[in-house]
Amino acid sequence: MPALCFDRRRMLAMLGATAMSFQAGQTSAADNTIAFGQLYASFGVLGLTFSDKVKELSGKAVSMRGFMAPPLKAEANFFVLTEIPLSLCPFCSSDADWPDDIVVIYLDRAQTFEQANGLIEVRGRLEVGSWTDPESGFVSLLRIVEAGFHRV
Amino acid sequence: MRKLLATLITSTVLFSPVVASAATVFPLDRATILVSSPFDVKVEFDGVVAEGDVSVTVNGQPAAEVLGKSFTFIEKEDGVDASAVRINEVTLPSPGTYTVVAKAGSEEKTVTWEVYGTPEAPVAKNVIFLVADGLSVAHRTAARIMSKGMSEGKANGRLNMDDLDYAAFIGTSSTESVATDSANTMSAYMTGHKTAVNALGVYADRTADPMDDPKVETLAEALRRQTGKSVGVVTTSELQDATPAAVFAHTRRRAEKAEINNHIFDLKPEVMLGGGSAYFLPQTQPGSKRKDDVDHITLYKEAGYTLATSKSELETAAGTNTGKLLGLFHTGNMDTTLDREFLKKGTVDKFPEQPGLVQMTQTALDVLSRNDEGFVLIVEAANVDKMSHPLDWDRAVVDTIEFDKAIGLAREFAAKNPDTLIVATGDHTHGVSIVGTVNDEKDADSMREKVGTYAEAGFPNYEDKNGDGYPDRIDVSRRLFLAANNGPDHYETFRPKLDGPFVPAIRNEDGKYVANEAYKDVPGAVFVQGNIPTSGDTGVHAVDDVVLQASGPGAEKFKGYMEQSDVYRVIAEALALGAKQTQ
Repeated sequence: MPALCFDRRRMLAMLGATAMSFQAGQTSAADNTIAFGQLYASFGVLGLTFSDKVKELSGKAVSMRGFMAPPLKAEANFFVLTEIPLSLCPFCSSDADWPDDIVVIYLDRAQTFEQANGLIEVRGRLEVGSWTDPESGFVSLLRIVEAGFHRV
Repeated sequence: MRKLLATLITSTVLFSPVVASAATVFPLDRATILVSSPFDVKVEFDGVVAEGDVSVTVNGQPAAEVLGKSFTFIEKEDGVDASAVRINEVTLPSPGTYTVVAKAGSEEKTVTWEVYGTPEAPVAKNVIFLVADGLSVAHRTAARIMSKGMSEGKANGRLNMDDLDYAAFIGTSSTESVATDSANTMSAYMTGHKTAVNALGVYADRTADPMDDPKVETLAEALRRQTGKSVGVVTTSELQDATPAAVFAHTRRRAEKAEINNHIFDLKPEVMLGGGSAYFLPQTQPGSKRKDDVDHITLYKEAGYTLATSKSELETAAGTNTGKLLGLFHTGNMDTTLDREFLKKGTVDKFPEQPGLVQMTQTALDVLSRNDEGFVLIVEAANVDKMSHPLDWDRAVVDTIEFDKAIGLAREFAAKNPDTLIVATGDHTHGVSIVGTVNDEKDADSMREKVGTYAEAGFPNYEDKNGDGYPDRIDVSRRLFLAANNGPDHYETFRPKLDGPFVPAIRNEDGKYVANEAYKDVPGAVFVQGNIPTSGDTGVHAVDDVVLQASGPGAEKFKGYMEQSDVYRVIAEALALGAKQTQ
């Protein structure tokens, strides 16, 4: 089977995931906005490498856009931000697993989560490095802490 | 009405044993057990009982005498207000029927186990067990039509699986439900015992701990115990995913993937090729999904394994003479054939060097067949299931074609090595059927009206000009229309998803799955009302039988209807796993 030609119109008609990555791609690399594509310098079977941008912004105020994964419970102080909407809920389904490039968002206060079916923007302080949440046991590599979020 | 009531009462009396409350005995009633294979015995009483009141007999003798070990009494199980007794790792060295009676106070339960032997000499030296996860009849038919074409009602070619000699219908239900998942189904194939949804290599007990459930022997353990054969696993999923895990692991919860990876390492299969490197990496390494510092990459290397992490490294590693090969090609599940080879979607941008099932199967056969004692190779086409859940039928069918090519390699190997048993099957089915075609050329004002049924379906116009077995394109003007009989709310677009795997539904703030609006504006898309609970994210497994096919020595035992657990016995007999074949 030779490579398929893409139907450009059909591609553009697909909103959601694709639209999100176009928007994220428009942000300038100079500011403190991080796109999902800017998190890692390399993806490999034997591990991922953080990008220089992530290393530079560690400990600083950042903003990110993405989708709220189905939360562990309706009211909590943390949720997982993903690049594309997840159809499976890794918290609730044992045959689903998280994508590699997730960011865990710790809110400044526990709150009831709203509509997860749309793009959100998160602001807070970036934390880099492996950390295990003592309450949930959830291991994360990238976190935005003291965070707030809103629908875009 | 009175007559009906009388009938009901009669049947109740007939079918309910007159006992105040009944204990549960593991292994469950009607268990079939390979002679001399180790297993755990557990009796769960419904209430708290006194140790002195407990009696367990086997064929009328005290269980401790027959089983050679004493029971441990647990007055109150963890988190349960009830007592239990258990003995770990017992064996029954003689075939026969064993009736177990457990009593304590007013509680009494009787179960019967059948312990089976095998011939002293194996009829098969090698077994190649190929499983396409979720393989349903629609996947096979669609693969045949898409790959080979059809004219005037006859297929223009045959799949490799179409010429296997024997077939059986396989009942896939779990111990607690008619419905089923990849854990309990593959576990039944790989242990000979049915179990509960999410469970691997254990009977599911009532305690919360996912690692304490009564164990049964897995195929890999039996091979290590009785033979000098090599063991190989090839999959397009994570190597810790339920299907490959069932060859080795013991846990109530398939999601315990880090622990499962430890179980696999304990048995050190000679060849392991697939995804899931995240569970091989220590937690400090970005990309790891472990919660400890265990570094399986280093441990495997120290154990003498050659490591391959890309297509080209796998090619080089095929020539390795260590006889031990670990191939990891993705941190998670590998991409589908359609994404990997043709569309370059999914995660192919991040992992561009993934080999396919065909290359992995060929390499595994090359390495494993160097063992003069023979081998058992398990091959899983994982994405048939992983793409059927989100109703992405094109991806599921193209991966079925790839699966069939792996069966072709197995048949080529068996042609040269006739002492090889080939089994090709699914683990469970999906609720999917081909109902006709979608014809873009049809003069109609909506996509729905372009669906052709009965005579109007005609024949699809896929082409395979380069003869690679895959259609040159899947977005042809008249294509197969596959439809799910269940699912969440979603939009049906009547078209292949060229931009990446389909995401039919998204979870909303109330925890309910709603149709993914990303497909709402695809021209011609129609809303399809879901028919499973709104907590369901994607299409579900069907309870329908699986069709199993087989060729080679021992394959003639596959016939009619069989329980999934009976398949293990056929493999055990072909390999004579009841007989010690090592010094």
